[in-house]
Amino acid sequence: MSEARQPIPRDELLTRSNKAFFEQWAIDVNRDPEAVPLSEIDPGHPDLFEARTELPYFERLRREDPVHFVEKSMFGPYWAVTKYDDIVHVDSHHELFSSDSRLGGINLGGIADPNPDPQFHLPMFIMEDPPKHDDQRKVVAPMFTPRHLQTLEALIRDRAGNILDNLPRNEEFNWVREVSVELTGQMLATLFDIPQEDRGKLIHWSDTTQNIGNPEFFETVEEGFQELWKCWAYFAQVWEERKAQKEPGNDLISMLVHGESTKNMPPNEYLGNILLLIVGGNDTTRNSISGGVLALNQFQDQYDKLRRNPSLVTSMVPEIIRWQSPVAHMARTALADTELGGKQIKQGDRLAMWYISGNRDADAIENADQFIIDRANPRKHVAFGFGIHRCLGNRLGEMQLKIIWEEILKRFDKIEVVGDPVYLRSSFIRGIRELPVRIAG
Amino acid sequence: MTKIQFVEFNGTVHAVDAANGQSVMQSAIDNGVPGIDADCGGQCSCATCHVIVDDAWMKVVGKPGDREEEMLDLNPERHANSRLSCQIPVRNELDGLIVNLPEFQM
Repeated sequence: MSEARQPIPRDELLTRSNKAFFEQWAIDVNRDPEAVPLSEIDPGHPDLFEARTELPYFERLRREDPVHFVEKSMFGPYWAVTKYDDIVHVDSHHELFSSDSRLGGINLGGIADPNPDPQFHLPMFIMEDPPKHDDQRKVVAPMFTPRHLQTLEALIRDRAGNILDNLPRNEEFNWVREVSVELTGQMLATLFDIPQEDRGKLIHWSDTTQNIGNPEFFETVEEGFQELWKCWAYFAQVWEERKAQKEPGNDLISMLVHGESTKNMPPNEYLGNILLLIVGGNDTTRNSISGGVLALNQFQDQYDKLRRNPSLVTSMVPEIIRWQSPVAHMARTALADTELGGKQIKQGDRLAMWYISGNRDADAIENADQFIIDRANPRKHVAFGFGIHRCLGNRLGEMQLKIIWEEILKRFDKIEVVGDPVYLRSSFIRGIRELPVRIAG
Repeated sequence: MTKIQFVEFNGTVHAVDAANGQSVMQSAIDNGVPGIDADCGGQCSCATCHVIVDDAWMKVVGKPGDREEEMLDLNPERHANSRLSCQIPVRNELDGLIVNLPEFQM
């Protein structure tokens, strides 16, 4: 075991300075990716994503070293899996590639620890293997069936219309804040059946989860956890209310209260699953809503095509999701020695499936580096993942995107991007924090 | 050629001639049968080619394999005769097969 593979003591992870840690791993985000020695390439550095200079690194890895060993990174060593077919293979073989948080979980920041401290370890079903994953997922799955989502469609359309009708005209504003965050925040409050005025709390806890190691938000990871436990305190009260109801409610918390595999969860597991549902329902759709506006501004011919034929929204929605790839990667831990793309993966090795890269893989997707709203086979993308962990809310995300675009096209000739976007400093959620736009009228 | 009938949720019947060796899913896609997404392209990894096999045909078609069962098991709307059509190879014994399409793919 090389030095880089030694686990970092948990105390150090929690209390080290986020700022000093980022400084220690600082890179020049504007280097020429072709000039960097292959052995030094780490496409997962969050600063590349913040600078939006990550894509050429993936392009090079797909070409030169599709299953690439990253020896040194701020997350420790890992395999970068960059080709579409290899990603599908890893995603589909959960018996070989584990999601278990005790082994490191599903994002590169995860730390292996067989006996974690419950105060700083938040189990959630996305970070479990079967049978627990399956049992807990099934508890909330009925919320996300297309049959049930039909009952929410009119409500979402009504809200989308309201948000759009109240936007400023002829002046610059942040599309992310005014539209993307609003629509998904209102949706979340509905799924949890909590007061709409509390939706800002959900958005705050979602942002906290994504930025727990970000020095702009918290000095240390420990400080971030303190903020997250406030989320538990809020939802502990909701739990008691729902438990006391005579008729079980139709909301996510009631489902957890009455689910066989979820009704006796310890506090850290309740908090973990709440955060999973918040982040899953917030960041992904939010960033796809923002990413679509940006993409249509970057590919004006596609925007023209859409205006001429609004029915293309149906095929544009999966294309937006592919193009944005709001979950940039999912990580796994190898449970046994295996081979992948000609490389020998050892038991215990960490792997990152780079969905953002698979979705730009020209061997799987024609003209993958072009945003094309009327593709022949737009649903062919890896953005939702595959196998048993495939995105549970995929149809809800698609429905929100479809509705917001249908309502936009009824109202505005054009949403014009008028300034540089600000991107999230994360290689897990591929996000847009600010998108300055202007709507004439 | 093996004849397969796909019955949409609204009752519309699509009769297709399927080539032996391809999957039932692929025969639907090739013949433009609506209601099958097949997002993963036939790798038993997305469960969006869900079909419900006609009772009379279940014995011939057979039960899902382990990996397929895992995927089907996560669908709250699975039926006793649910199969993923990418996992059913077309063969002579299936001539005349009837499969029903669910109202929604998950």
